[in-house]
Amino acid sequence: MARPIELEINGKRYEIQSDPETPLLSVLRDELNLTGTKYGCGEGQCGACTVLLGGAPRRSCQIPVSAAAAKPITTIEGLEKDGHLHPVQQAFLDAGAFQCAYCTSGMILSSVGLLSTNSNPTTAEIVQSLQGNICRCGTHPRIIDAVRHAATVMQERVR
Amino acid sequence: MSGPSVRFVPEPERYEFTAGPMHHFQLARRDFFKFLGAGIAVFAVAKNSLAAQETAPTHGFHQEELPQDITAWLHIGEDGNVTAFTGKVEIGQNIRTSLAQTVADELRVPFESVTMVTADTALTPFDFGTVGSRSMPTMSPQLRRVANAARELLVRAAAKEWNVSNEGLTAADGKVTNPATGRSLRYAELARGKTLAQNLPTEDPVTPPDQWTIAGKPIPKKDARAFVTGKHQYAPDLRRHGMLYGKVLRPPSFGATLTSYDAKTAQAMSGVTIVRDGDFIGAAAANEGDAVKALKAIQAEWKETPQTSSKDLFSNLKKNASAKSDDRSRRTKGSVEDGLAAAAHRLDATYTVAFIAHAPLEPRAALAEWSDGKLTVWTGSQRPFAVRDELADAFKVTESNVRVIVPDTGSAYGGKHTGDAALEAARLARAAGRPVQVVWAREEEFTWAYFRPAGVIEIKSGISADGSLTAWEFHNYNSGMSAIDTPYTVPNQHIQFHSTLCPLRSGSYRGLAATANIFARESHMDALARAAQLDPLDLRFKNLIDPRLRAVLEAAAKSFGWPRKKSQAGQGFGVAAGTEKGGYVATCAEVVVDRASGVVRVVRITTAFECGAIVNPDGLRNQVIGANIQGLGGALFEAIEFENGRITNARFSRYRVPRFRDVPEIEAVLLNRKDLPSAGAGETPIMGIAPAIGNAIFDATGVRLNALPLVPTGLPAARA
Repeated sequence: MARPIELEINGKRYEIQSDPETPLLSVLRDELNLTGTKYGCGEGQCGACTVLLGGAPRRSCQIPVSAAAAKPITTIEGLEKDGHLHPVQQAFLDAGAFQCAYCTSGMILSSVGLLSTNSNPTTAEIVQSLQGNICRCGTHPRIIDAVRHAATVMQERVR
Repeated sequence: MSGPSVRFVPEPERYEFTAGPMHHFQLARRDFFKFLGAGIAVFAVAKNSLAAQETAPTHGFHQEELPQDITAWLHIGEDGNVTAFTGKVEIGQNIRTSLAQTVADELRVPFESVTMVTADTALTPFDFGTVGSRSMPTMSPQLRRVANAARELLVRAAAKEWNVSNEGLTAADGKVTNPATGRSLRYAELARGKTLAQNLPTEDPVTPPDQWTIAGKPIPKKDARAFVTGKHQYAPDLRRHGMLYGKVLRPPSFGATLTSYDAKTAQAMSGVTIVRDGDFIGAAAANEGDAVKALKAIQAEWKETPQTSSKDLFSNLKKNASAKSDDRSRRTKGSVEDGLAAAAHRLDATYTVAFIAHAPLEPRAALAEWSDGKLTVWTGSQRPFAVRDELADAFKVTESNVRVIVPDTGSAYGGKHTGDAALEAARLARAAGRPVQVVWAREEEFTWAYFRPAGVIEIKSGISADGSLTAWEFHNYNSGMSAIDTPYTVPNQHIQFHSTLCPLRSGSYRGLAATANIFARESHMDALARAAQLDPLDLRFKNLIDPRLRAVLEAAAKSFGWPRKKSQAGQGFGVAAGTEKGGYVATCAEVVVDRASGVVRVVRITTAFECGAIVNPDGLRNQVIGANIQGLGGALFEAIEFENGRITNARFSRYRVPRFRDVPEIEAVLLNRKDLPSAGAGETPIMGIAPAIGNAIFDATGVRLNALPLVPTGLPAARA
């Protein structure tokens, strides 16, 4: 048996016995029951499996679990704090920025990642950073609105 | 069980939407009240059925068994909470919210007090499927009627309580009030201790749209918080105790048959169950990785048959067309020959439409569990009852021993009508003696699902010098008959659908063949306008009577600013319109074409849509804009490529779908016709965008593109 892999997910520590090559996505979904992170393509093309690794958005289907051990991981389940939604979650909710909502977790985490490095992105910058996230229902304009709105709210909180 | 690869029967392009709901209702009345608690229940009984005549409205319910043909029902509990039941499925179209609005509106209760139970074959009435934009036009009136009858029951119960006539009592805000005395009783109080039920034979008066208070409002999606927190469980997210993960060994090509098989190594792996049943081979294991490893260890050889490729697709569709045609697939009026002879301009053209994939972001998935010979399957499907029947048939069990539950699903677009993943999971679960979940990989989704049918459309037409259509001959090969009739006035017509050998498994896709037929027709109308030197919008108005179609054209043109002057090189404008499934759509498009690079940029889209009385303007806007963005893919670049029984672009990295950078400025103009019943809106708004863009490209470049997708690799340099 391989040595256990230590992960820090949403502030909690886990010891994982999986094959080190297992994609982080499978570990999250099938071993830890964190199913808010979605499978969409398995080739890093759709963004449904996006998580934050050390604060940066990454495709969890493309990361072997062994490579995720070094940095803290945030999934959609870790954004809500004490019953309060993250401003990006709240903005998606307020804008109705979803239809089937299967892409929503990935969209939200990609957006949180963007806003952590660029607190006031232009529309072009939002488009650029969400280009790797597919929404098949065509909710793109509302998603852009939601990210813009979240940016405003987060900036006001900082002030 | 045979694997899905051998079933190549194309789905009928049109379904029998009018088929009566004639299946068993599985809860006996005693179980029903046990399940929900005491209260008041109302059942809608199918129109025009024998049972409807046999179950006249009664105010006591004395039958032990419920009627056999219930279409919808609701229950008001002792706590005042309302639960409404429908076999419809939430797939992102927001039907859970719109139907709850309908119930709340008619019952006069707050929206929040209504819970919708959907798509569970053990709890909800039989439903043909969430298809054909039928949920709003058929389910909404039925729920309104049951809610209306429930309100009447509550008023009567209050009248009895107060010993007064029910005349003059009012129902509002979840209570019945006697204006004469000022006394009121909450629905919860009225329902307490009762097990009162009523069968409802339909046709009761319902609240007209101009008096709606909750319907008609932009109410946010029900349970939306569960979606932004990741808590909602789609079918692939469900977990059962002891569950295994299943994978299926796919043949190398369509129609391949198994010739040799050796699974000794795989069977020796611990914790792995291998199933071979006919050409079906699958594995179930404690995790997906082990199931994949087991399948890799299986030695299987297949006999393949040579097959055609996408490069010969259109010539084959034409060549293999059936010589037979029946009256239903053909209509003739006047004489096309005479009409062509009388024309000042004649125009013949051929249009083609590629196979495309639905590519729902949630792939097909199912979790199956057997217990005491009974099967329960959770799966993302638009047709839970059809999946139940498929399972009952495949496993030789009665329908009453199969329960299909559909969690709100990660989209479908017409692509989730079949039970493939459900059958696979159930087969593996039966062998393993444990619950098994099967989630299709993206490559499987792109390969083993079904496609929007490809098609060839040929048009011969004539137009007089003043722009009146004189002749219209329209042949559709393979793609289907939806919206095949022209809405324009033409005295001489011949319209025909030709079935042919279809090389890929095909089925419904949002809008069915209306997208193909409207693309061909509206591109052709544009070309005719150019031939007659008329404005394309003027030509349409000149030949169009239908006031609803005229109205959406006027609304789109007005908001878009048609006719517009070009302000830069490579700019072009196009318009297109159509009607199908009770909805009316008109789309204007602006493109800019870079002649040097051939890059076509869609700059702006204005789509006007009308579907009768609007139930939820926010949800409708989301659908209309979403349909236009999804339609961009089929219009510009989506096409399934195949060769010798294999899909050669079965990945998102090779099959381009619309992404953020592709999305233009999009405006939806919604026409609210409160005087008309609500039609569905999930499909028709997708139909105008492809021809509007094609026509705009012609306006920009003088190049007529007759094939969907229009510009998969940009506008070829030679033509630009």
